[in-house]
Amino acid sequence: MSATATTAAKPYTRTEMAARVARDIPEGWYVNLGIGIPTAVADHVPMEREVVFHSENGVLGMGPAPAKDAIDPWLINAGKQYVTLRAGGSFCHHADSFAMIRGGHLDLCVLGAFQVAESGDIANWATSENDTAPAVGGAMDLAAGAKRLWVMMEHTTKDGTPKLVRRCSYPLTAVGAVKRVYTNLAVLDVTPRGFEVIDLAPGMDFDTVQARTEAKLFLTRQ
Amino acid sequence: MIDKTVRSMAEAMEGIKDGATVLVGGFGAVGQPNALIDGLIEQGAKDLVIAANNAGVGHVGLARLMELGRVRKIICSFPRSSDPVVFETLYRAGKIELEIVPQGTLAERMHAAGAGIPLFFTATGVGTKMALGKEVRDIDGRQYVGEKSLPGDVALVEAWEADRWGNLTYRESGRNFNPVMAMAAKLTIVQAQHLRDLGAIDPDHVHTPGIFVNRVLHVPYGDPTGF
Repeated sequence: MSATATTAAKPYTRTEMAARVARDIPEGWYVNLGIGIPTAVADHVPMEREVVFHSENGVLGMGPAPAKDAIDPWLINAGKQYVTLRAGGSFCHHADSFAMIRGGHLDLCVLGAFQVAESGDIANWATSENDTAPAVGGAMDLAAGAKRLWVMMEHTTKDGTPKLVRRCSYPLTAVGAVKRVYTNLAVLDVTPRGFEVIDLAPGMDFDTVQARTEAKLFLTRQ
Repeated sequence: MIDKTVRSMAEAMEGIKDGATVLVGGFGAVGQPNALIDGLIEQGAKDLVIAANNAGVGHVGLARLMELGRVRKIICSFPRSSDPVVFETLYRAGKIELEIVPQGTLAERMHAAGAGIPLFFTATGVGTKMALGKEVRDIDGRQYVGEKSLPGDVALVEAWEADRWGNLTYRESGRNFNPVMAMAAKLTIVQAQHLRDLGAIDPDHVHTPGIFVNRVLHVPYGDPTGF
């Protein structure tokens, strides 16, 4: 990871980010994918690698979207999109579904975020300039309850404002919860000393990523 | 003979009072008791507190009830939808109170109410706005927020099958909040797609035992549509 010119740097596309996250999910994990960009991660986990996807409206063992002529109107996910159920899948009521989340039974939750702090704080449900009614859904339950919380998001906002920060300025979803962040530029672990860069997008270098990050970054110890 | 089935919507809605807390099942359109919500609109009770995951879509159902000025307060996790215009207009104008609750806490508050547990502690919301004004307790080295149960005066529930004792099954992701709401209310009113003879529902497959149910109305409406 040298500080060379970045003309050849190629940030991950959304699809590549999803594939990069999927690569790190082993067989046997129970996983909840948040509404928005994390949903695409499921498309990159091959069916023969048995990962069990949970949707908080009481679906365990969720499969991909149905063909247009095979929609089951009784089977939706948390984003209220039509989905399918894999063999071995099951339904439960909301309190049981959130017992899976809050009781620490999910191996992983992947959420989108507005900001992640170097302490692992996450802000993903409201922005201070948001004038519509706040809507939290299941984000706080997932962030506090899953065994691991990974965040998948663009490294900066559209205008270049860093989203990896020292301290979140937006209302918090959970304190000290994030373990890893996947962005279009890098993969970073949240450690006691702060963000450690563990992987970079093709051609990306550490200094370029640091320049687009408010928090101080560390290279992972080899 | 126990017979919880009722023959008309008027009979199903009888006795719902002004100021009642009404728990309304469903997640989006799936498992949402639309006929009973229309029945409540017709019945006329006002000054209602509604607990539901969402705050209505377009100008029908819950949105219609709010638009008619009949809802004082809504308790929900996610007031946004594909078309939340009624709620947002009322909220901006200060004409409706909103209590925003994390979705799992919302479900557990009703589950607790049904189980006779007035207060429980959860890690959800620690260090966030949701913990403001609530007791935070350190239990074995981790912090938890105290959340009170959410009992209802009335629950409106959508089931797939019901019998005259009020035993219920739900269909697929239509189960969602319905079972915990059925447990949490003093008066649980069910709309069921299919009425079965007593004993016809396999006891191993009953999702909500009849003890939690007061009234059953047969409403064979078909599949949910629209969100």
